[in-house]
Amino acid sequence: MSHSEHHIEINSLAYSIEKSVEVTAQKCYQCGKCSAGCPVADEMDLPPSMVLRLLQTEDLANDEKVLRSHSIWLCVTCEMCLSRCPMEIDIPSMMDFLRQKSRSEKKVNPKAKNIIAFHKSFLNSIRFTGRLYELGLILDYKRQSLNMTQDISLAPKMISRGKLHLFPDMIKGKAQMARIFKKTSK
Amino acid sequence: MKTGIYPGCSLTGSARDYNESVFALAEAFDLEFAQIPDWNCCGATAAHNLNKELSLALPARILALAEQNGLDEIIVPCAACYSRLVVTQNELKKNPELKNRVIEILEMDYRGTSGILNVIEWIDKYIIPKLDEKIVKPFNYKVACYYGCLLVRPDKVLNYDRAEDPQTMDIVMSKIGADPVYYPYKTECCGAGLSISRTDIVSKLSGKIIEDAEHRGADAIIVACPMCHSNLDMRRSDINKYWGTEYKIPVLFITQAIGLAIGLSSEKVGLKRHFVEVKIS
Repeated sequence: MSHSEHHIEINSLAYSIEKSVEVTAQKCYQCGKCSAGCPVADEMDLPPSMVLRLLQTEDLANDEKVLRSHSIWLCVTCEMCLSRCPMEIDIPSMMDFLRQKSRSEKKVNPKAKNIIAFHKSFLNSIRFTGRLYELGLILDYKRQSLNMTQDISLAPKMISRGKLHLFPDMIKGKAQMARIFKKTSK
Repeated sequence: MKTGIYPGCSLTGSARDYNESVFALAEAFDLEFAQIPDWNCCGATAAHNLNKELSLALPARILALAEQNGLDEIIVPCAACYSRLVVTQNELKKNPELKNRVIEILEMDYRGTSGILNVIEWIDKYIIPKLDEKIVKPFNYKVACYYGCLLVRPDKVLNYDRAEDPQTMDIVMSKIGADPVYYPYKTECCGAGLSISRTDIVSKLSGKIIEDAEHRGADAIIVACPMCHSNLDMRRSDINKYWGTEYKIPVLFITQAIGLAIGLSSEKVGLKRHFVEVKIS
C-alpha cells in the first residue's frame, strides 16, 4: 500500500475532525504517552490513546463509541497529552470538537450529566451578567443537577471570608454579551 | 508603555486574597495599572467545552477593550484566564477568517496587538529589579512550587516556561530566600473545573499534589492560579475526607509570599481569608 496519501473515509469522524480542527488521528502510533500522563485516564472508559485508535479505524460503530463515551467529558483540558505527544497531535482541541459534536448529535453519555449541567450553569451566569456570579452559578447548578446537599457547608464559610458575592457584578455591555451569545449559538 | 490588568472573575470573589496581594505589591513597588473597563468573563473551561466560537469571542472582547483603551500590555494574574487569552490571540492570528468572524460577532475592532503577561512575567519585569532592597524578612521556608496546567501549557502556544519541570516560580521564590524542593508534581492537574461537578476526582488529584509536597518536607505550596488555590485550599476538608488524611500544609499565592518578605502583614496580603490556616507570617 502506498503511504504517500492516506485516504480518509468522508463519512468518518476522523474526517470531520481533520476538516474542522485540523487534527489528524491517523498520525498516532500508539505510544501511549497521552494515556500515561492523563490525570483522569483511570476514570475514563476510553483513555485518550484508545480514542485515537478507535478513530483510526474509520468505522462508524467505533465513531459512535467515541461520541457516546464518558471520557470526552472527563477530559479536564490540562493539555498534558499534547505537551507530551511525539507527533504533536492536538488531543485537547479534538476533545473540544468531540464534546460539541456529541451534544449536537444528542449522544451525550448519561454519566456526564452533572459535568455538562455545571458548564451550562456557568455560561448562563455570564450570559446575563457578563461576569461569573458564583452564588448564582451554584444555585443554578443545584437546580440542574438536583444535587441539593452538596457543598452546603462551603457557602457560609466563603461568605464569612468575603469570598462569595451575594449580588452579581453586572457589566455595562450586557446587550453586547447577549448578542455574542446569540450569534454564537448554533 | 501603558499597562492594564485583567483580574478575571475569581479575583473578585473566591480569590479575593490573590487580588489583594497583587494590589498590595503594586502599591509597595509603586506600579500602576488600569483595570480594563467593563471587562467580561473569559469563558473558562465551560465555553471551550461547549462552544468554540463563544470561547474565542469572549476573550477577544477583553483584548479588544484593552486595545480601545490604549493598553500596550495587560497583566493576567489568573493562569486559566491567561491561557485562554493567549490561546485566543494565537488562534485569531493564525486564522484570519476566524478573526473576521469574531470581529463580526463582537462588532468591535480587534487587532490582537496587546502584550499578555502572566503574574510571574509581571513580577520578573517590574518587581525583581527592585526586590533586593525591599526584602526585610526573607521567606526562609522550604516550598513546593506548584505551576499546575495553564501557566505553562499549551507550552508551544504560551511559549513561556518549559513544559516539564518549569523553573520560573522556583527562581522567584529563591530570590526571596525560600528553598524550593524538588517537586515532580509541579505540573500535574488539580482537577480544575470539575471542582463542583466531580468533587471526588478533584479530591483525588489534589490530594496527590498535597501528599507529595508534604512528603518532600515543604512548609508551604506556592501557586499562581486561583483554580489551583481553591482546589488545594478551599477543598482541603474534602481532600482529607477522601484520603483519610489530615494534611495541614498551607497554600500561598506567590504574590502573598513576596508580600510577607517585603514586610507586608498577613491581612494586607489576604492570608486571613484562607481555609487552611497559614502560620507563616
